Amino acid sequence: MKAPPIAAALREGLAGALVAAGLALPMLGFRLVDSAQGLSLGTRFDWVLWAALIVGLGRFAMTILRGAWQPSQAPAMGEAKAARLRLMAGWALAGLAITLPFLPFSDRNLVDKATLVLIYVMLGWGLNIVVGLAGLLDLGFVAFYAVGAYSYALLATGLGWSFWLCLPLAGLFAAGFGVALGFPVLRLRGDYLAIVTLGFGEIIRVILQNWQDFTGGPSGISSIPRPTLFGLRFMASAPDGHQTFADYFGLAFSGDHRVIFLYFIILGLALLTNLFTLRIRRLPIGRAWEALREDEIACRSLGLNPTTIKLSAFALGAMFAGFAGSFFATRQGFISPESFSFIESAVILAIVVLGGMGSQIGVVLAALILVGLPEWFRELQQYRMIAFGGAMVLIMLWKPSGLLSSRAPTIRLKGAK
Amino acid sequence: MEYFLQQLINGLTLGAIYGLIAIGYTMVYGIIGMINFAHGEVYMLGAFIALIAYLVSTLVGGQSVALGLMAALLATMLFTGLWGWAIERVAYRPLRGAPKLAPLISAIGMSIVLQNFAQISQGARVKPLPPVIGGGFELMTGDDFTVSLSSLQIVIMVVTVVLMALFTWIITRTPLGRAQRATEQDMKMAALLGVDVDRVISATFVMGAVLASVAGLMVTLYYGVIDFYIGFLAGIKAFTAAVLGGIGSLPGAMLGGLLLGLIEAFWSGYFSIEYKDVAAFSILVLVLLFRPTGLLGRPEVEKI
Repeated sequence: MKAPPIAAALREGLAGALVAAGLALPMLGFRLVDSAQGLSLGTRFDWVLWAALIVGLGRFAMTILRGAWQPSQAPAMGEAKAARLRLMAGWALAGLAITLPFLPFSDRNLVDKATLVLIYVMLGWGLNIVVGLAGLLDLGFVAFYAVGAYSYALLATGLGWSFWLCLPLAGLFAAGFGVALGFPVLRLRGDYLAIVTLGFGEIIRVILQNWQDFTGGPSGISSIPRPTLFGLRFMASAPDGHQTFADYFGLAFSGDHRVIFLYFIILGLALLTNLFTLRIRRLPIGRAWEALREDEIACRSLGLNPTTIKLSAFALGAMFAGFAGSFFATRQGFISPESFSFIESAVILAIVVLGGMGSQIGVVLAALILVGLPEWFRELQQYRMIAFGGAMVLIMLWKPSGLLSSRAPTIRLKGAK
Repeated sequence: MEYFLQQLINGLTLGAIYGLIAIGYTMVYGIIGMINFAHGEVYMLGAFIALIAYLVSTLVGGQSVALGLMAALLATMLFTGLWGWAIERVAYRPLRGAPKLAPLISAIGMSIVLQNFAQISQGARVKPLPPVIGGGFELMTGDDFTVSLSSLQIVIMVVTVVLMALFTWIITRTPLGRAQRATEQDMKMAALLGVDVDRVISATFVMGAVLASVAGLMVTLYYGVIDFYIGFLAGIKAFTAAVLGGIGSLPGAMLGGLLLGLIEAFWSGYFSIEYKDVAAFSILVLVLLFRPTGLLGRPEVEKI
């Protein structure tokens, strides 16, 4: 293919510049200034000029490049080879994750960030069961995360129960909420289900915000106890009748111990989620999820009951979100409804879809990109979210089916193509 | 009784605004089957552009409020329409034919971008505007309560009715509307028969954005404050309204909007203002349980 004539590219660039100028004129060209006298306007038309220039040049360059660029004809990797590669990458990542705190370059900050990424990996894996395997679009996943977090926080601060006792309970509660929500709404088709789950997420948040006596309202719950290692505390000095971790092992006390301990808890939880998902995909229920995703009518005619199948996916996904939530509560030591807004659901869904629905490694990759990368640019606070949203759009445009898409069934009939 | 009437008026005003935004959702969903998550943000941009356009017109134009508002209305529709067009062109058109969730994620990304763009370019603080249209009528005076209908509420309802009539006319009577209905029924077939599908979809986005921008202008006047975050809640409310009325149906969107507005107004009037969103979503769930396709939606035929 020949490069298109410069004239065409110029035309495209000019059109792009004009549109950009039109878009920028009201929003960038004028600035609302609120002062004591009320609202007034400032102008900054040079910004409009810059926006037009950048977009115009970009469009011009893109048109020329697109003409010159030949799609590479590299042979697609065989499915078996790709699967093997993925498996190896998975083991390598797991190995790296386990040794991370002991690597020479790692410090408290890095481990802390890795913990955050792992929370999202775990949430992504949980949601992957619902969206990736069972094909149910859930826009209110954060509700179950919130249920888990508040269950632990309330049980621990109210009754003084330990983290390890509350963790399974939080998962159970979240799963219960999943069933309670899922039971009436799972008859709905895709997008109706999406809006109802979104509404459910908002309902939970509004209730947490307004039920002052029970949840503490907007100020949330603080001084949530930290987890212990078989009763050993991660503190400088333990209260009477308890021992600290450092004393027991004869180490000097260091705040790093707790950070690393928390990191290993979430790593364990996440790997558990992963293992569970990988195994259950091979059980009849897991196969039923994938079958249901592909063709609900066929499933029904083969005698599968869509309601129970969907409900189980919903409940299991919710359970893992509940685990992640109670870990979040214990890690932060403080939770408030603000941590459970819709944007969290959107981020988790984005991680699943960007990673390639149904792909476990893809979730890790997407979580690293979406959660890990922005953490390094904390200083650019206000531009961070623009870059985050922009990345979501660009990755989708570049790879519409996700970074590592695998829609291949987990199990095949022998000899079937 | 007086209190009831007042809540009715407030609810209808709110519902008219929801309805206008909901039309954008329902038209886009009807044609390309995607939830345009950035639509709430388009409405928010509309509110900002309206505020800016109004301030510009008072600087340039002088004293007449009506003239200034008209100029602001036109400018808002023009520029927000352009935004709507550009968003579709950049974030959705390349994804036509992609897996179903791709445009949804792209839309969520776009809405994050737009929200933060508005925050950075116009500042995070709430923008207040002193009341522009004052006055009103006192309809009824009870023992200790006066029912009032402000001029602004009348303007909002009149504008909404006029726009609804205009757009119903466009959809049912013009060539563009015919092309839109054809595309909605069967995109591939419409394309084969010579309908420029891309243009029709662009036009749909522009129409949705224009209606949302009018809603934005009216909210700016009605509440007198806007900030960069208003798009989110209004967006999900309007989407709820669209689903409530039956997504894909224009009268349904308006009906859903009005219903939602009334539910909210009565709930906050009689029960608790904190839980009005809970009430709105609960009604949605209830309606969907008994009429899974919304109030005016056509039941979907499952083809094998």
